[in-house]
Amino acid sequence: MSDDTLLQSRRKALKCMAYGGAGTLFVLAGGVFTPVDLALAANDKPGIARLGKPLFVQISDTHIGFNKEANPDVGGTLKQSIDIVNAMPEQPGLIIHTGDITHLSKPAEFDLAQQLMSGLRTTELHTVPGEHDTTDPTVTEYFNRFGKASDNKGYYSFDHAGVHFIALINVLQFKPGGLGTLGSDQLAWVAADLKGRSSSTPIVVFAHMPLWTIYEPWGWGTGDADQLMAQLRRFGSVTVLNGHIHQIVQKVEGNITFHTARSTAYPQPLPGDGPGPGPLKVAADQLPKMLGVSSVSVVKHPSALALTDTALA
Amino acid sequence: MNPAKYLTLRRAGRLALLCLLAAAHQSNAAPPAAAQIEIKNFMFAPNAVTIKAGSTVTWSNKDDEPHTVVSDAGLFRSAAMDTDETFSFTFDKPGTYHFTCSIHPRMVGTITVE
Repeated sequence: MSDDTLLQSRRKALKCMAYGGAGTLFVLAGGVFTPVDLALAANDKPGIARLGKPLFVQISDTHIGFNKEANPDVGGTLKQSIDIVNAMPEQPGLIIHTGDITHLSKPAEFDLAQQLMSGLRTTELHTVPGEHDTTDPTVTEYFNRFGKASDNKGYYSFDHAGVHFIALINVLQFKPGGLGTLGSDQLAWVAADLKGRSSSTPIVVFAHMPLWTIYEPWGWGTGDADQLMAQLRRFGSVTVLNGHIHQIVQKVEGNITFHTARSTAYPQPLPGDGPGPGPLKVAADQLPKMLGVSSVSVVKHPSALALTDTALA
Repeated sequence: MNPAKYLTLRRAGRLALLCLLAAAHQSNAAPPAAAQIEIKNFMFAPNAVTIKAGSTVTWSNKDDEPHTVVSDAGLFRSAAMDTDETFSFTFDKPGTYHFTCSIHPRMVGTITVE
């Protein structure tokens, strides 16, 4: 297949995936996705193993405490998601949870979520909070449990396997009528964190709400994300991971690849479909196909990452 | 009937009478009207309410998604209300009070206290 044809099929596949839910494996090299059909994952396990060592797995929107019709057993579907991760032939180095760990920020919900996630074989867990985790008046429930890494600020960075990870919080400074906000303090911290870092360092940025505007009327975006992207543009490989919208949406812009993960709890409607982004009720046999986790592997260490979305069924 | 129970009943009867009298007294003095705001389909309905000072506003969530009611000026803040849960606040001073849902910040409303 010529490069041109490859590019064409890449474009076509990306277009298909824009609002799709089907599981697809993506190989990320220098900021460009190459989709590989998930049938390969099911039928050719050694083939998947050859793609590289799993770098990390993203879990999102577990919503422990939710018990309505859209999924009365969110604990059960989180357990199934954990089973998928634990069954990976080679365990990822770390797990990233991109927020909405709980549904109502209640202590018992956080406790149950922690208890369930302690079943992961991989023990290094990094988190950012969602707006559902920060509804208690003093936001102490989240920070008491997960605030240590960021010194209770909600944002921090770390390095793993040659990749620089940046955890950001965009759910604390909501402006009425607006989108999520990073805020000037956090943006200044990112600038300092990236200063002097080589442009060839692969960067993974994760936050709960999408760091690009997917659908403004539902607040699916971050108002000052442009200022963040301006700082990331010089890097050769940037992967931006978010949750919040309970479905896969992807975009590639230069060297920056954006991806939102499925929830492990319940799906949400397509952008603008219906009166609001409430839990989407689907037939019981359809639900597992709309829930799942994302996995990112190192393909050509350390400059290429592969991203896989795995549904529960 | 045992005497203790009888006494309790008598006391309850007296209490009910007192309550009735109190209610009658209040209706003469034009009581502050309590206002209800429903939260449905990611909207406050109504999203603008005018009340008299001393009135209580009660928000009730009719969505499958939790919502909060947070005063822009920091005057009040509910916990996350699950389906059919409510939150009430009594407005003592005249003024205009804007509020929002901190989970869905596009949901906004206003209470005008006269």
